[in-house]
Amino acid sequence: MSALQLDQVSRLFRASAGGDMTPALRKVSFGIDQGEVVTLIGESGSGKTTLGKIILRLIPASSGTVTFEGKDISAFKGPSLREYYRHVQGVFQDPFSSYNPIYKADRVFELVRGVYFPAMGQPAWEEKIESALAAVALNPGDVLGKYPHQLSGGQQQRLLIARALLLDVKLLVADEIISMLDASTRVDILNLLVSLKRSGLAILFITHDLSLGNYVSDRTVILRHGAIVEMGDTVKVFGNPRHPYTRNLLTAVPELHKKWQPTAADAVTRPADVAGAGHAPVPATALDPPRLTEYEENHLVAEDAA
Amino acid sequence: MSVKVENLSVAYRMRAGDVCPVEGVSFTVADGEIMGLAGESGCGKSTLGNSLVFMEGRMRHLGGRVVVDGQALPVADFRAMRRYRMTKVSLVPQYAMNALNPTRRIGRLTTDLLRSHDVRESDVLEEMKRRIRLIGLDEDVLNRYSFELSGGMRQRVTIILSTLLNPSLLIADEVTSALDVSTQRAVGEMLMEFRDRGFVKSVIAITHDLSVLAQITDSIMVMYAGRLAEKASAADIVNAPLHPYTQMLLASLPEVGVRYDKVTLTGIPGRPPSLVNPPRGCRFADRCPFARAKCAEAPPFEQVQPGRQVACWKVSEGWPEGGEHERSAA
Repeated sequence: MSALQLDQVSRLFRASAGGDMTPALRKVSFGIDQGEVVTLIGESGSGKTTLGKIILRLIPASSGTVTFEGKDISAFKGPSLREYYRHVQGVFQDPFSSYNPIYKADRVFELVRGVYFPAMGQPAWEEKIESALAAVALNPGDVLGKYPHQLSGGQQQRLLIARALLLDVKLLVADEIISMLDASTRVDILNLLVSLKRSGLAILFITHDLSLGNYVSDRTVILRHGAIVEMGDTVKVFGNPRHPYTRNLLTAVPELHKKWQPTAADAVTRPADVAGAGHAPVPATALDPPRLTEYEENHLVAEDAA
Repeated sequence: MSVKVENLSVAYRMRAGDVCPVEGVSFTVADGEIMGLAGESGCGKSTLGNSLVFMEGRMRHLGGRVVVDGQALPVADFRAMRRYRMTKVSLVPQYAMNALNPTRRIGRLTTDLLRSHDVRESDVLEEMKRRIRLIGLDEDVLNRYSFELSGGMRQRVTIILSTLLNPSLLIADEVTSALDVSTQRAVGEMLMEFRDRGFVKSVIAITHDLSVLAQITDSIMVMYAGRLAEKASAADIVNAPLHPYTQMLLASLPEVGVRYDKVTLTGIPGRPPSLVNPPRGCRFADRCPFARAKCAEAPPFEQVQPGRQVACWKVSEGWPEGGEHERSAA
């Protein structure tokens, strides 16, 4: 059984006062196992962050269910919600805005202690912090007692992951956690995700960068306009993309040793250029996503591919 | 030579003293050339780009010349530079697409901008519409507010605005960052197209993303901690980098198809030195696996092969690979 299971999850937003509802997510279903990295890839406006927020209970789903270890997460409140957050944690894109600049950066640890470990003694707590920092390859002397501006972006992001590790975390939602970091530190965070996964953590890695997603993940889910167009084993999805949308995304990836190839359908390369449509809204009637069919074992493709 | 920068040094005044994110930088960009400028954050890329166009109040020009089309620009004089901006040199600052005035339609914004440069909008409006259509947008964007446009559309409108008066040099600071791959590609191809059509003679594209630079640039210059590390053709930088910093930057990039279970990529340990009191010698030495005693002296930025310049003792003195024992001796 998957640690986390999404079943027909949809989310509608009202685009303007009194306007129509726009679907941001359309009946998305997939699961994440323990010890697995699932990459969620999509362009801006595809609904990937919305999905992460639903899993973290920051916003409710409009319909569909999310179950964690067999329990519907929408039912959690009070103590049971706190218990949920003991196991499911998120790290977000911008580390610079995750900290309060007035306080020292390690205050994020103290906040966890206040809620989850009020009875823990100082020596035990310090030991816990030390092992969490060791897991993210940070040297306590470099980061403890420092203000956020004294830390690099990579250190800040690691500190937030360490904060999640203080808890008995089983699922980490990592939403674009490296897109604001330098290439030279990105890899270190990616390798950290791999080592956490090997220790049994389930990770939802949300990104728009295909090569990063390809590097870390076991399974890949490609989202377009809130619906899954292709998903399955990462090697299969990237090695043999079946959906034209996936193929076009792949041809647009800048590679060091290969120049961009002309694309078959330029319409896809230049998305949303329809005047006035920032992200060409899907007509409300299209709430039903294209059906997914099995192309091969562990590789599903939306039926509109043909 | 269309753009020639000689020995340019720029400092910021800070309470802790002057910091110098651009130190003795010299380079040229030919007509029709797109030059990439790469390096980690805090290496002085943006400061260098800004200083050629827009020397803001807290920046101080310490020395050096900037010559565009044979004419020396008064880069140190904020007011005197005014008549050269947009006409000779243009800058798309980082995040500019998020700074478009939300209370003005794009068309009105353009008019304001042109008036402030004493250009009548009727003289260039048709050309602007033509360029908007050229890159595949609808000229109706002129009637839109910036928040009605997607990130990629805003970025392209920003570049059209900055190049409307056909400047000789465009500095594009992180114009492809924070965009989706397909939009990134559209913006990158737009820069090449504008260069090909002569809307702008030379471009300096600043980004930390070397794989985007590999797509669109003719040459790449790598900066580290305020100094130039390496400059060569884009193909040479990508295929045969000489400076250890360039090599390590490239080694940290995952390419499509590379997976953790096959190849473990490595980042660069440590971070760039603080510029308040930078190391005396080679600034990369404490992160460099090849560092030797000699590196306590600053290496000159010199030509090592035709068209290739590097600031590294290992390269100019031809040290063999793997100087680990040397390093411990040092």
